[in-house]
Amino acid sequence: MSERTTHTGTAADRFAELDPSLPSEPRGIANEVIDGPVGDYATDFDHTGAEWVADPYPIMDDLRSRCPVAHTERYGGGWLPTRHEDVAAIAYDTERFSSRSVVMGNNRPPHDLAPVGIAPPISSDPPFHHGARRLLLPAFAPQAIAKLEAGTRAYCDELLDAVQGRDVVDAAGEFAQHIPVRVIADMLGFPREDAELFRGFVHDVLEGVNLPLAERFERMQGLFAYLSAQITEHAASPRDDLTSFLIDAEMDGEKLDPFHIAGTMALLLLAGIDTTWSAIGSSIWHLARTPADRERLVADPDLVPTAMEELLRAYAPVTMARLVKEDMDWNGCPMKADDWILLSFPAANRDPRLFEDADRVVIDREVNRHSAFGLGVHRCLGSHLARMEVRVALESWLAHFPDFSLADPDAVTWSPGQVRGPRHLPIAIAR
Amino acid sequence: MKVHVVQDICQGHGRCYALAPELFEPDEIGNGVEIGDGTVAPGQEDAARKAVLNCPERAITIEEDG
Repeated sequence: MSERTTHTGTAADRFAELDPSLPSEPRGIANEVIDGPVGDYATDFDHTGAEWVADPYPIMDDLRSRCPVAHTERYGGGWLPTRHEDVAAIAYDTERFSSRSVVMGNNRPPHDLAPVGIAPPISSDPPFHHGARRLLLPAFAPQAIAKLEAGTRAYCDELLDAVQGRDVVDAAGEFAQHIPVRVIADMLGFPREDAELFRGFVHDVLEGVNLPLAERFERMQGLFAYLSAQITEHAASPRDDLTSFLIDAEMDGEKLDPFHIAGTMALLLLAGIDTTWSAIGSSIWHLARTPADRERLVADPDLVPTAMEELLRAYAPVTMARLVKEDMDWNGCPMKADDWILLSFPAANRDPRLFEDADRVVIDREVNRHSAFGLGVHRCLGSHLARMEVRVALESWLAHFPDFSLADPDAVTWSPGQVRGPRHLPIAIAR
Repeated sequence: MKVHVVQDICQGHGRCYALAPELFEPDEIGNGVEIGDGTVAPGQEDAARKAVLNCPERAITIEEDG
């Protein structure tokens, strides 16, 4: 991250440094890569392990009853709390846990990236975090998001009209994944035809945690090169979108550093895509295998918002990460500086200490203090957008296809890593 | 009955104004704010309790009558 400078020249001058200043090699702290099958998740957990990817909930429940904080030597060392109260305590404790990186992998970003991080504000720590987040909040407040609802609904209808009449539809690949990509591309002012490129970036950044560092870095450079080009182009011809907004935005009376702008754009582009896609997909997956819940929602569409909260609780797509700032004993866990914390909101959401029938989907659950969108100062910036997209997608799906089931349960595949959702979801449509 | 959103605790999840739109509204950053002085009109008591029980941050206080 370069020092903040006062920009008095033309837009081209201001952003001239952006591209060439990208580091030419990965910086940070790399650890030895440990892969291979997991022995015991209590002492050797791996969130990319095959059994975790296939069905993490029994593993979480087991760890919660016997640990309740699991440990691993993988990824250079990390901890996995499974109780709601522990997840909450760490989410709130920005003094001792840093967001310098929120993706647990084999490389820790250099310490000098804090408190800004690579993708502010998700990667930022207080006090910098507050201002970086504050300037984005109005664009993601419910009043602003409500304006996007009609367009989102029209797009969902368009996607489903196109597959109307088919016997089998891939609800993940042909429906869910397209929705957030279109919405965020429009918000940022990126060409809609670049959608395939964005899905590639998502895959590289969030699912490639075990790739060799050099390869991962090369893929990141592709993303930042794309964003640099968009920034330069928007700086030359400003318009009413989030990219132009960020170029003009000020914090503490100064324009944002170009790297701050690019990092925030990377966040906005990537964070909402596979997360929302996952929430929509998991919801359809659940309804496809639970006819009673599906029939109830078809009969009573007003229940969709309540049901959506329950599906977000039970199948929360997002797990975050933190880095321990200094060696300490945390509730009996000997944490070392730069140990990871895998902050599992999905595990917290299934804690029977907070939820009755925590392991069951209760489609009309009225008391639902879930934390699918996180807790504390890093509450998902896009939660209002995500909720709108998931609700509209489910309403559109149920209106088009009131009767459906899994075409082949064994053919469903789930994403590895910290964002969990179906990536192939063949649904049999009854007619 | 009266409700109040403690602004230092609220993180803008928006559950209160989604569940009890007669009692809460979003401010310009999406944080929840009680409407007026937070007095709960007759018939809104259940909505008020529901908002309290669904706040992920436990940011809402409720003052029961008497």
